[in-house]
Amino acid sequence: MEGSVAYENDLNLKATELRLGLPGTDEREEQSVSNVRNKKRPLQDADEEFGANGKSDAQNETAPPAKAQIVGWPPIRSYRKNNFQPKKSESDGPGIYVKVSMDGAPYLRKIDLKVYTGYAELLQALENMFKFTIGEYSEREGYKGSDYAPTYEDKDGDWMLVGDVPWDMFVTSCKRLRIMKGSEARGLGGGV
Amino acid sequence: MQKKMAYSFPDEVLEHVFSFIQSDKDRNAVSMVCKSWYEIERWCRRKIFIGNCYAVSPRIMIRRFPEIRSVELKGKPHFADFNLVPEGWGGYILPWIVEMAGAYPWLEEIRLKRMVVTDESLELIAKSFKNFKVLVLSFCEGFSTDGLAAIAASCKNLKELDLRESEVDDLSGHWLSHFPETYTSLVSLNISCLGSDEVSFSALERLVGRCPNLRTLQLNRAVPLDKIATILRRAPQLVEFGTGTYAAELRPDVFSNLAGAFSSCKELRSLSGFWDVVPAYLPAIYSVCSRISSLNLSYATIQSHDLIKLVCHCPSLQRLLVLDYIEDSGLEALASSCKDLQELRVFPSDPFGAEPNVSLTEQGLVAVSLGCPKLQSVLYFCHQMTNSALVNIAQNRPNLTRFRLCIIAPRKPDYVTLEPLDVGFGAIVQHCKDLRRLSLSGLLTDRVFEYIGTYAKKLEMLSVAFAGDSDLGLHHVLSGCESLRKLEIRDCSFGDKALLANAAKLETMRSLWMSSCSVSFGACKLLGQKMPRLNVEVIDERGPPDSRPESCPVEKLYIYRSVAGPRFDMPPFVWTMDDEDSALRLS
Repeated sequence: MEGSVAYENDLNLKATELRLGLPGTDEREEQSVSNVRNKKRPLQDADEEFGANGKSDAQNETAPPAKAQIVGWPPIRSYRKNNFQPKKSESDGPGIYVKVSMDGAPYLRKIDLKVYTGYAELLQALENMFKFTIGEYSEREGYKGSDYAPTYEDKDGDWMLVGDVPWDMFVTSCKRLRIMKGSEARGLGGGV
Repeated sequence: MQKKMAYSFPDEVLEHVFSFIQSDKDRNAVSMVCKSWYEIERWCRRKIFIGNCYAVSPRIMIRRFPEIRSVELKGKPHFADFNLVPEGWGGYILPWIVEMAGAYPWLEEIRLKRMVVTDESLELIAKSFKNFKVLVLSFCEGFSTDGLAAIAASCKNLKELDLRESEVDDLSGHWLSHFPETYTSLVSLNISCLGSDEVSFSALERLVGRCPNLRTLQLNRAVPLDKIATILRRAPQLVEFGTGTYAAELRPDVFSNLAGAFSSCKELRSLSGFWDVVPAYLPAIYSVCSRISSLNLSYATIQSHDLIKLVCHCPSLQRLLVLDYIEDSGLEALASSCKDLQELRVFPSDPFGAEPNVSLTEQGLVAVSLGCPKLQSVLYFCHQMTNSALVNIAQNRPNLTRFRLCIIAPRKPDYVTLEPLDVGFGAIVQHCKDLRRLSLSGLLTDRVFEYIGTYAKKLEMLSVAFAGDSDLGLHHVLSGCESLRKLEIRDCSFGDKALLANAAKLETMRSLWMSSCSVSFGACKLLGQKMPRLNVEVIDERGPPDSRPESCPVEKLYIYRSVAGPRFDMPPFVWTMDDEDSALRLS
């Protein structure tokens, strides 16, 4: 098909010939040869796709990797893929969305606490979202090594340091998050 | 002069006559009769449909049709739905809005599909069109609830706001409160695609309560089940209703309240939504089921026996969207209860699972084709198929106009005979003479394309994946399908020959998409040079195609006819193949 046919000069009359007839005998022979070749190629191309496209397509990364996936196959709209979650566990239903503010940032964000399995994931996500680093947590001293401290408002309206209570308790009692900065933050945690 | 006066009507009379002609095809035909009819027609055309936003430019549209009130535009190619079109490809609405803001101050309706819509565009719409009435955004993206707030606040005559499966950045549920208290003209609201953010429920309730003409209301998932009754009681005149999440702890008072609310909706004909269904709440809708003509359960994770109970209550059903949880047994029940069924779509509940998780096979589709004489439109995802089932379906249902079959594993043969499914699909095109849309799957050789080229004379849209052996296949389609408008192909070994031999055909079509095929860069260049009225776009994320040998196949190819010439908003991974002299051409 591609062959060594050069396209630099347009004296390649056969290629440019606009006709509606079926290919002649010569070409049919070429095709029966390339049939054999072509039966293999698509599979190889598909294999390359598994590798090449898997990493460039963020959408596919979120789909369950039951087997090597082909981009865009089966042809289901991503809206449908994202919105439909088959009943796997008992904890179904809408997410737990809380507002997140960061001192100094011009606008707030919102996150779904249900998406995270623990504090480590949550803090990582906050770091990515607001482009900063949280220090290391310790029960005694709070978050050391950074100007920021993640805090939350609980059901009683009190501001608490993220990480003190078990994760499940946190998820059900957290009403909103605030990433404190500077002296206020240091006061909460410990660390000079 | 004399001749003209003897034979022609005054313009006003002709204009009045033309006002009864609504279809685009007829309007186009009218405009080609003679120069004066062209002139009269262009001044009185009010509605325009542009199937490919890059086929024409806003200026060209405005120059020809100065009095448009309703515009419908489509942007990205269909395969963008399956992530085959890279982010940033194009389809921006803003340039259109900017031009129309100046030229069409009385524009009333904008309907867009697969376009990139920004908050800026929405704000401009809100500001520019004083009599704006209808905004439909299907499968669009790029905007947030802030843009919606602008529409709500400014469009005093808005009748329809439909966000059909668009991707919206859900920043705040409060955009709904931007509809002023004096606003009462809402007829249709579809916000089912909005995220899990709280929609301000009290604002919604008040809005629904003060709009007596509300006919369509489709809520988003965040609206809980116990709020449905409140909404329905405020709008018992609803014709189409979409629930939010249909799950709650089973409580008799909630149930009876819900059932009562539904039963007061005498006009209800269409239901959708049903996320997270708790089956025990389904009987709450039984009182309206006998009148229901359209049911979208494609997000409802309910099992076959619950689905059977439900469909048996719906004898007037014409349209059903459902997950494969319905299984063959459910489809058999459907076939015996719903004799008016016209459209069936069965979606996979576990598309990436290695093994089928439900008992849905070709038998279910055969049963429906046998039992439902009015069946016209099918979309069916399944794991297995046979030629004989397809032949059965074709013989039972020659009135099919849309047939889309997706066998989930690529290149799967007839599971009984292990042969390709050429004969089966051949029967479909042979018997279903009015078939307009066809999607193929399974193991297919060039033969299926020979059948399609021979028989599918009314076929307008064909989708092909992992099929065929050689260029002969593509050639059969391009040379045989007289009505073909859209052809989309992925992962087939079609190359240069058929494409170049049928170059003229491409100008009679809206578009051709080919990805992961064997079309060389050299052939693309040649096609671009030979066919100035085609835009030949090479989409390749590996870098400039001329950094590779000319014989190297391109990743993706999108070819479409255009009177606007090559576009200027292309991202770095898209190249349009032109004449060498295109720089000298006036655009």
